[in-house]
Amino acid sequence: MEMHPWLPNLKYTEEMLKEIGVNDIMNLFSDVPQDLILKRKLNIPYDKPLSEYEISQRLNELKKKNLELKYPPFIGGGLCPHYIPEAVKFIMSRSEFYTAYTPYQPEISQGLLQAIYEYQSLMAELLEMEFVNASMYDWASAIAEAVLMAHRINRRKSVLLPSNMNPYHREVVKTWVYGKGIKINELPINSTSGQIDIEKLEQINTDDVSAIYIQQPNFYGIFEENIEYIVDFAKKKNIITIMGVSPLSLGLIKPPGEYGIDIAVGDGQEIGLPLNYGGPLMGIFAVRWDSQLVRQMPGRIVGLTKDEKGNRAFTLILQTREQFTRREKATSNITTNETLMAIGSAVYLSLLGKHGLRDLAEEIYVRSHYAKKKFEELGFKSPYSGEIFEEFVIQFPKNYNLIHSSLLNKGIHGGLQLNDYCALFCFTEVHTRVMIDELVKNIAEVV
Amino acid sequence: MWRQAKWDEPLITEYKGNGRVGTLIPHDDSLRKEITLNIPENLKRRNEPNLPSISELEAVRHYIRLSQMSFGVDTGFVPLGSCTMKYNPKVEEKISDVVSGLHPLQDSETVQGILEIIYEMQLMLAEITGTDICSLQVPAGSAGELAGVLMIKKYHELKERFSRDEMLVADTAHGTNPASAAMAGYKVIYIRSNKEGLVDIDLLREVVGEKTAGFMLTNPNTLGLFEENIVEIAKLLHNVDAKLYYDGANMNGILGLVRPGDMGFDIVHLNLHKTFAVPHGGGGPGAGAICAKGDMVDFLPYPIVEKKNGKYAIDYIPKHTIGKIASFYGNIGNVVRSYVYILGLGAEGLSMIGKLSTLATNYIISKLRNVKGLDLIAPYRPRKHEVVFSAKELARDKGVTAFDIAKALIDRGFYAPTIYFPPNIEESIMIEPTETEPKEVLDSFAEALTEIVREAYNNPNNVISSPTNTTVGRIDQVTANHPSTITPTYRVYRLRQEGKVKSLQ
Repeated sequence: MEMHPWLPNLKYTEEMLKEIGVNDIMNLFSDVPQDLILKRKLNIPYDKPLSEYEISQRLNELKKKNLELKYPPFIGGGLCPHYIPEAVKFIMSRSEFYTAYTPYQPEISQGLLQAIYEYQSLMAELLEMEFVNASMYDWASAIAEAVLMAHRINRRKSVLLPSNMNPYHREVVKTWVYGKGIKINELPINSTSGQIDIEKLEQINTDDVSAIYIQQPNFYGIFEENIEYIVDFAKKKNIITIMGVSPLSLGLIKPPGEYGIDIAVGDGQEIGLPLNYGGPLMGIFAVRWDSQLVRQMPGRIVGLTKDEKGNRAFTLILQTREQFTRREKATSNITTNETLMAIGSAVYLSLLGKHGLRDLAEEIYVRSHYAKKKFEELGFKSPYSGEIFEEFVIQFPKNYNLIHSSLLNKGIHGGLQLNDYCALFCFTEVHTRVMIDELVKNIAEVV
Repeated sequence: MWRQAKWDEPLITEYKGNGRVGTLIPHDDSLRKEITLNIPENLKRRNEPNLPSISELEAVRHYIRLSQMSFGVDTGFVPLGSCTMKYNPKVEEKISDVVSGLHPLQDSETVQGILEIIYEMQLMLAEITGTDICSLQVPAGSAGELAGVLMIKKYHELKERFSRDEMLVADTAHGTNPASAAMAGYKVIYIRSNKEGLVDIDLLREVVGEKTAGFMLTNPNTLGLFEENIVEIAKLLHNVDAKLYYDGANMNGILGLVRPGDMGFDIVHLNLHKTFAVPHGGGGPGAGAICAKGDMVDFLPYPIVEKKNGKYAIDYIPKHTIGKIASFYGNIGNVVRSYVYILGLGAEGLSMIGKLSTLATNYIISKLRNVKGLDLIAPYRPRKHEVVFSAKELARDKGVTAFDIAKALIDRGFYAPTIYFPPNIEESIMIEPTETEPKEVLDSFAEALTEIVREAYNNPNNVISSPTNTTVGRIDQVTANHPSTITPTYRVYRLRQEGKVKSLQ
């Protein structure tokens, strides 16, 4: 190779080898069994380096293979399309944040540490919980880590997961707890309301139940209305409570802290982050002010302190829980998390502020309810009666498959198919009245 | 003379403004009139969340100032061992309009472009690692390790070997290895290194047996040394049908030259944010891949992208899959960044990465080899991606530790190397230069380190009192962690002032 923008020493190899005192780079690999050395070029579709222009062309070509939708998709299921202010993207692309490593050297990383601390702080205010970590991978792994954490605390071997939780999350939890042999038991739901059935709760044998999980609003977009009862039930039986929340809904509804929840989890995607085809997302993880919970918390945490001169300073705290010091006794193996996404969410919450957050939650409430009303006016009903936010299920008299493909032909992406006749729709601030009307009208025409 | 910015910047929660907003949300007044809010009384939030109320300018200026008090690869050299802080090419940012707006639950026919990228990446990474197939499900390296040990667990369970409860780990391993093994319910058995800093093969021979599920190893190891007995190690494991797991955090030193699959590894994870230039983002997000060979491919996490009749689908589920590791398909936004990186190198460029990163490491060694106070284990073995010096003697003679040296380096505008790792080297200083740093930077870094060590012998107090050029001086860790002063959020600070939180017992 002649020269390359990312390989500054190509023309310096001889000079550097001389300094080392060998005459060929391959001498530095003399300790590798020679039959392990690859004698050919890697067999990949790109042989020579592409220039930046050629890379852009290839990306454009690929981009054209994705269907350009007419409107933002009406699909949720754990992630929803939202608008992201330019200022959020602008701050997230600041080199000093974006090319930094984990702030293990606090003196030279104060800004990054403060930004993470602010994310933790804003999230703590939103959740009304005291301890927030610097992020997990996503909502699903946050639940999984919460379940593992509960098991470490009380050593019990099963967990109660409601059947109205996000099924994608459930899959992940199943994988993560398999190694520890934790059993997953179903918490049944009331088929009329779509909420957790608290009457059935009483009949469950809870002797070996370590934790109970509640999702608010649940996968069907329905608000759980019996959380106080469930928390009370769990506390009586020393079961750890885990609650998954949509952070945006907290502009309107009760945060986990108000219920006395032990561990709160969720995803930061809806507060300022792109969909990214499902990742990177940002797992929220918080616990209340309780030393047993804090000691077993996974992930990095930034704390407030001072420097030797008494200036305010920030640093990573409680590091003895983490893998690099505790190894097999660590509370988790997580190292790389989603810090930059957490900073993005902090910027978003700062811009929105308390007025904006409430306003946005109300706007989403109004738009999703308007859409539900439009569906109902045309005779399509939800199978559940519970109060909804952002998402809801609609049952059709005809196989939803056909409806979905006719919408796609018009460049409109409908909801998430749940079974032959039901689909889950999502409406946020990016879906206007015109879009909603068109969606419903098109569906009515097919049915 | 290097100086870091020093803003006396309040917390965003301390901004005094009120009645201001930083962004307008889309409003539909007619809908507001049409639909009434009807939240059940017992669900309503009682107190408004204590969030700021500031203008866009205030928010932007605040975070810009914070960014100025941070340090990344674009600011200066980050020689962190085991982290591969290479330059993140800016063309990677072209990806945002290819992926940022795509919902993972969209019909596959609407996302053929992104699926093609994932499919190509699966194949290219399998070729690069010498394995059969890769899954991009894992959002980071540790998640890959968890997937890997769960795959091993399921493999043995299917064969009804319930007493295989031991996972072997080298004593030089990254802390994630034992942590991942423990998460999967394994007992961790450490394999000591020999005097050369390599796996003690005689010891391994004694330990490997009917209880061994697998061995987690990184090669080159964390001392930067190539485990030359790797073929024999693999044989030992395979003789008892145990699996060999490759921790890919150190792959950069052999990229394009030696492939884990060819060495006999059965499962390999990659950190795309190390080896494949995805920016670290202040600690994340990264991205990972988990790759498998032979009979282990059936255990990979799902879904994997397949090509059928010229169309791509993301619904392939391996026969004995361990399940899903992340909600959807992994950190695809970053997978695409590493795709761009691979395109920018091609096979030709990739074949140079292992060579040039190894060259850089050995060049630094040649500059520091004769510095009194910096010692090397097996001093004349070539290193690969990184090197570990020991400042044990200096600490003993002058009381200047690896920690002090790190602080003196950040005082000169270099990020510090990794210190106190691996645990089998006392006062360790772990340097990884990567192939993207120009020779002149390596020179100036070696010069700074030489000068610091010399100063430590002559005027140890000058080193012990650093840093003074950074935003703040040395941190009071006791206050940070003490149960009566620990302050993880502004909420705790507030509640403590109001007398509402007690000491954390």
